Amino acid sequence: MPTTTLVLVLATLAVAGFYLGRNRSLALASGAGGPQSLHSLPKHYGYMAAAWVALPALLLLLLWTGLESSLLNEMVLAQLPASVRQMGADELSLYFNQLLSYAHGAIDASGLDETQLAAAQYYTEAASRLAVLKTALVFLVGLGGGALALRKIAPAFRARNHVEGIITATLFACSFLAVLTTLGIVLSVLFQAVQFFQIIPLSDFLFGLEWSPQMAIRADQVGASGSFGFIPLLLGTLLISAVAMVIAVPVGLLSAIYLSEYASRRFRAVTKPVLEILAGVPTVVYGFFAALTVAPFIRDVGESIGLTVASESALAAGTVMGIMIIPFVMSLSDDIINAVPDSLREASLGMGATMNETIRKVLLPAALPGIVGGILLAVSRAIGETMIVVMAAGLSAKLTANPLEAVTTITVQIVTLLVGDQEFDSPKTLAAFALGLVLFFVTLLLNVVALYVVRRYREQYD
Amino acid sequence: MTEPDHYKNTAAIQASLKKRYARETRFKWYGRLAVMTGFLFLFVLLADIIGKGLPAFTQHFISIDLTLDAATLGVSSTPDETELFAADFGAVIKRGLRDTFPEVSGRSEKRSLYRLVSAGAEYELRDRVIADPSLIGTSGPVWLMAHAEAGSYLKGQVDTQLPESDRRVKDNQVAWLDELRDQGRTESRFNTTFFTAGDSREPELAGIKAALYGSLFTLAVTFCLAFPIGVLAAVYLEEFAARNRLTDLIEININNLAAVPSIVFGLLGLAVFINFMDLPRSAPLVGGMVLSLMTLPTIIITSRAAIQAVSPSIREAALGVGASRLQTVFHHVLPVAMPGILTGSIIGMAQALGETAPLLMIGMVAFIMDVPGSVSDPSTVLPVQIFLWADSPERGFTEKTSAAIMVLMGFLIMMNAVAIYLRRRFESK
Repeated sequence: MPTTTLVLVLATLAVAGFYLGRNRSLALASGAGGPQSLHSLPKHYGYMAAAWVALPALLLLLLWTGLESSLLNEMVLAQLPASVRQMGADELSLYFNQLLSYAHGAIDASGLDETQLAAAQYYTEAASRLAVLKTALVFLVGLGGGALALRKIAPAFRARNHVEGIITATLFACSFLAVLTTLGIVLSVLFQAVQFFQIIPLSDFLFGLEWSPQMAIRADQVGASGSFGFIPLLLGTLLISAVAMVIAVPVGLLSAIYLSEYASRRFRAVTKPVLEILAGVPTVVYGFFAALTVAPFIRDVGESIGLTVASESALAAGTVMGIMIIPFVMSLSDDIINAVPDSLREASLGMGATMNETIRKVLLPAALPGIVGGILLAVSRAIGETMIVVMAAGLSAKLTANPLEAVTTITVQIVTLLVGDQEFDSPKTLAAFALGLVLFFVTLLLNVVALYVVRRYREQYD
Repeated sequence: MTEPDHYKNTAAIQASLKKRYARETRFKWYGRLAVMTGFLFLFVLLADIIGKGLPAFTQHFISIDLTLDAATLGVSSTPDETELFAADFGAVIKRGLRDTFPEVSGRSEKRSLYRLVSAGAEYELRDRVIADPSLIGTSGPVWLMAHAEAGSYLKGQVDTQLPESDRRVKDNQVAWLDELRDQGRTESRFNTTFFTAGDSREPELAGIKAALYGSLFTLAVTFCLAFPIGVLAAVYLEEFAARNRLTDLIEININNLAAVPSIVFGLLGLAVFINFMDLPRSAPLVGGMVLSLMTLPTIIITSRAAIQAVSPSIREAALGVGASRLQTVFHHVLPVAMPGILTGSIIGMAQALGETAPLLMIGMVAFIMDVPGSVSDPSTVLPVQIFLWADSPERGFTEKTSAAIMVLMGFLIMMNAVAIYLRRRFESK
């Protein structure tokens, strides 16, 4: 039975369970002095029965769906003769994928050997056997759970507390999903990255000065030994982020200062939401703007004053990224500046300082840690930004600090390595996960430091 | 008697006042300049997109005299539907074009003549004839969709001063199009194809319907997962969680996930949902799952703020009349907090609607012509469609990209407007 039908049938069973539970509690109660003799409302007994039908069965179904394919693959792999299993990892995975595609009906039998055909046959049979087993088990668990709950029903049973316990556990599970997500990210990225570092030494990756992820398809191919040095990508990322910061920090910070210290309430009420539109524009739109408008503009301007500018210059991507980050810097600095106590402001103004002296000599020094924290958050966002650089930055890794040249970034390489069909365990694909690992930890570090700094700053004035 | 010291100070201060006030004014101007720069960027961005995208909402049609005789179509005189489906409508159109411009000769010239009309025109004509078979044997003027290049000339986007080799519309095509226009046989209409078709290799036949449906399915999955889970998690953290290490761990995780780059969620989706759980690639189901993980922190954080804002008197009143803690939360606190929670969720959904990078990782970058019918069909979403079109070199696609961006931004503005409206109502209470 397909999963959706199974879920629907389970839902029907749960509804049936609800009525059975409710009616049973009422029937039991009528023998013992009417509904008043029940500890909880009749519907709570119904909810209890329904929960016991649905929850364990759904949990089993979820677990099963998650593990089914790996289990099947293991079963088929164990079935293959020893001669096949001793093949190299790449060869074996190709061999295996062929028979899987055949079993799924994606390719025809030509080009497959006898063992593969037999294994495919075994796969199909095993899959259908597992599906039957799944349906049977899920129903068994659902009906068993329901029966158990119905047996437990008695007028003295605290059904409401029981149901509320189940709901509280569900609430906890929902919030625990955040931990599971982080764990999932770390594990999935780490797992592939470790595989990558078994092929490419960690030191080559961390200190290598060349990035050209073309791996030889055949061992005897010429000039195609990939090099996976991560330094040029890091420099490219930092270069583009630096350009972005040069645009975003002055504009964002000065806007925030102006809006919070000088502007009238009405001007502020209109201006802030309008500038925040910039934060709501999808990044793909910025990418399009960078690639088709800003980059040609910068190239033409550069050429008219005699400079050679690459058509995918870091300057173009960085500028647009800066525009994207302006509202981010603005609202963070705004919060920080507003958190400076008014007494500091008033003391300075009372001594006869002008507003700008107050800002430069009192407010900014007081707000500096918070602003630095905000800028770190903005840097972390710039490093992780993907679409703008995918569309407007280059692909070839270059060691340069010249913003007029084309550079590439970590995120661009992750996208180029993973988009399109690839063998999942080639170093090229694994390299993307290694880059993802670096990206995750760099941004995590920046965020943790930034949040710590901002929190310390807040506490100082609370 | 010597002059007291403070007179000297006053004089010095007075002398410096002018400079300090000038500095003050200057500083104020820097601030204004910064705000104006922000406005300028926003204005240039929007003007650029709208300027490029507006022409895509119209489409040119050319009227050609066609003779729909059965011989040219290669069908019998009373054809049935299957016969008509295979009939050669292209030949009819080509003949009509040749008859309109009898002076055209030579293979390459004829080919550029045929390029005036869209490759999709013959299918449109076919559908029209299938709907009304009595058209066979008749002749008369028929409006046909213009090819993207011819259309862009008719829209006035082609600079004929450029040397011929530098533009896609050649001199002879320019002459024919001018002639057709002078005879009143060209017409600009609202571009319905853009909203009713899927992707296509031909710019004039490409539309956003498939991508829109893909976005809709993806967003539906995202909402169905992220909204309940996010609200329940927020309820737990605000109302039930004990102050202990585990709760701290959960909170730290939520705050960090909010700042993790979106592409990392894509890597998670690829490794866990596609490679480990073997769910279908390119499907809105997986896209929605990835996006819901991405938007969960936003929803949890804003829902917590909304729940926190509910006045304690409501809780105390409910508890006081004997409601359990769960009843208090679900019957009294949540309904009051709902507008705030919805505001946060809508903002989260808007974020998900505009997101591209994680979807590239899970294979939603396919060329999709058909409108997806369910959450497990291969599909693409609006931002990814924009990304794909932005990569195409043809001018026609640049126009489409901007138009698609306008549609996407329209949706985002609508969602944000609803969110702002809800927040206003909530605050005024």
